[in-house]
Amino acid sequence: MSSDLTSEALPSGSVTTTSGLADGEAPKLDLALQFRKLWKGDSGLVPILVGLVILIIYFESRSSNFLTAQNLTNLMVQATVYMLLGMAEIWLLLLGEIDLSVGVTCALSGMVATILTDPQYHWSWFIALPLGVVTSMAVSGLYAFFVIKVRLPSFIVTLAGFLAVQGVLIYVVDKQKTGGSVSVQETVLYDLVGGNFTVLATWLFIIICIAVLAFMMIRSNERRIRNNLVAQPRLLLLFKLIGLVLVGLGLVWVFNTNRSNFLVLEGMPFAIPIDLAILAGGTFILTKTRAGRYIYAIGGNAEAARRSGIAVNRYRLFAFLATGFTVGVAGLLYASRLGGITDGVDNTLTLLSVGSAVIGGTSLFGGRGKMIHAVIGGIIIATIYNGMALLQMAASTEYIVTAAVLLAAVTIDSLARRGSTIVK
Amino acid sequence: MDDTPETFESVIAGPRGSGVVPSDGPPLLSLRGITKSFGAVQALRHVDLDIPVGQVTALVGDNGAGKSTLIKTISGIWAPTSGTISWKGKEVHVHTPRDASDLGIATVYQDLALCDNLDIVQNMYLGRESTKGGILDEIEMEIATRKTLADLAVTTVKSVRQLVGSLSGGQRQSVAVARAVMRESELVILDEPTAALGVSQTAQVLELIKTLKSHGLGVIVISHNLSDVFEVADRLAVMYLGTLVNNGPIENYDTASAVELITTGSSSRVPGPGAMSN
Repeated sequence: MSSDLTSEALPSGSVTTTSGLADGEAPKLDLALQFRKLWKGDSGLVPILVGLVILIIYFESRSSNFLTAQNLTNLMVQATVYMLLGMAEIWLLLLGEIDLSVGVTCALSGMVATILTDPQYHWSWFIALPLGVVTSMAVSGLYAFFVIKVRLPSFIVTLAGFLAVQGVLIYVVDKQKTGGSVSVQETVLYDLVGGNFTVLATWLFIIICIAVLAFMMIRSNERRIRNNLVAQPRLLLLFKLIGLVLVGLGLVWVFNTNRSNFLVLEGMPFAIPIDLAILAGGTFILTKTRAGRYIYAIGGNAEAARRSGIAVNRYRLFAFLATGFTVGVAGLLYASRLGGITDGVDNTLTLLSVGSAVIGGTSLFGGRGKMIHAVIGGIIIATIYNGMALLQMAASTEYIVTAAVLLAAVTIDSLARRGSTIVK
Repeated sequence: MDDTPETFESVIAGPRGSGVVPSDGPPLLSLRGITKSFGAVQALRHVDLDIPVGQVTALVGDNGAGKSTLIKTISGIWAPTSGTISWKGKEVHVHTPRDASDLGIATVYQDLALCDNLDIVQNMYLGRESTKGGILDEIEMEIATRKTLADLAVTTVKSVRQLVGSLSGGQRQSVAVARAVMRESELVILDEPTAALGVSQTAQVLELIKTLKSHGLGVIVISHNLSDVFEVADRLAVMYLGTLVNNGPIENYDTASAVELITTGSSSRVPGPGAMSN
């Protein structure tokens, strides 16, 4: 080893918090560096969260109705479909692919569940709801065939799919002869968004979630410290855990406050644990399993992945099906929230779902992104729509402001990353 | 060894430049009559080459001579149009990179085949992650990565959790080589390992190559840099326009004759491979 390499590796005031190679050297505490990493690092959610806080402060200062339990619950439910579709999109964005049809496909899956559970057909909900999800997975499977086997760009395939699915949707809905829309009759489907946990169950659910998450974070970090590996300082972890508990308490307050003026309406809507389950499942697969690792690898350098012996096409198919599954679940909640499906679908849904993912920090070019990005992005988009509705702004303003926020988020993100995309 | 050319002329002029090594045991890898065509273009013509254990074979040739095509054939990127590949004396079919790596052939490509968006540990284990009950065992992988890098005296990286995209050229090369070593490969193929590296980083990579050899691995090095070749190689194999034109122990060559072989495909000062079996 030549001396100039050594000096290159160890600049003055060397960064030992992340020292992976210096055996026997305990990680030193360097909080300033850790916070800089939080701000700039690859997973840096901090700029986005700051943006969210600014939005909230702005809307609260303009409308006293914004930070009420009733409105925040409503906002969370509004965000549900954006979040879920954003998470669906992330599977493909990680590969450098995209699905431009998630909006209509989600309506299609909602439609299948809605029609089959209608008294006219009277299918049981535990067959009809999964069938809605399977429908959406079948659509994604078809896209996967064209993208993987026929080697067409996903952009074109899903654009064609968008038109085709919309056609099918209009055909089937109009065939019901119920005036261009089908409405949800099944209580289980309706309750996905309309139903609530009891106050006690809300408490229990949130406490258990926080306990499990905290336990996993502490255990993993302690194992790393014990093995003298790259780990975060305990103090930083403590701050994160305090933040987690505060968020949890905030959610309990929001959900457990009575939201109705006339009767008692309280507790967490069922939609929230569904969002969290999809978030947890997706995050688990992406960070803890080979499939997830390979999806990142393929998105980063598909040829390198292939040369490492990874069955690239199998994992691309997996990602398409994961997208289909998530879109299907989103579709059930979409139908539930709207109380039915009409033959005219909101065409901004797809773009806002891509927007959720990108605002949260997922790259459009593959290889970089996390499930949590879509959750935060979805909340930001819902906040904008919700806040502007409260301020009674025109639809024209809503579109332009959403566009500005999307651009700003991507710009800030790109500038922040240009300095260092790297954990140094 | 029956098709070893007998005469000097046939070696130099014939299309079947022969790199057959006469030795006791079977060579680690032996190629016979390897041909590879891309449509009308014949990128490789009847290449015969033996790669012995515990030696560094340098594969040299001008741009387009077929070095990379040959390497990619060995490492399963594509199958040869015709010809046979034998591994430790047994004929094998190498159709995918997985086949090659299952045999114990690891290739470090010119473009390195690393994922910039993954960290060092993730790259080192890409394609063969260790798991516990289906869940990635990050701790074990991180410990093993640190150990491998330490064994190879790769001490310039600050953290094994650094993204590969942030590494210097020499560090990337070291990671790529370390990755090949960690997979307990028996044959390591290095494609231009020192291209684009500074002097000290080149020295470090050459040192790595000697370490591989001392561990008893077979090594194939593609290089344009003859001074590097003469420093680490035990054998030289020269390609010219898709043909293996000359091959033998490094002592048979000097820089001038090597250059002559590379640029013209023949040299009056180098004996044919059949002539020297020591």
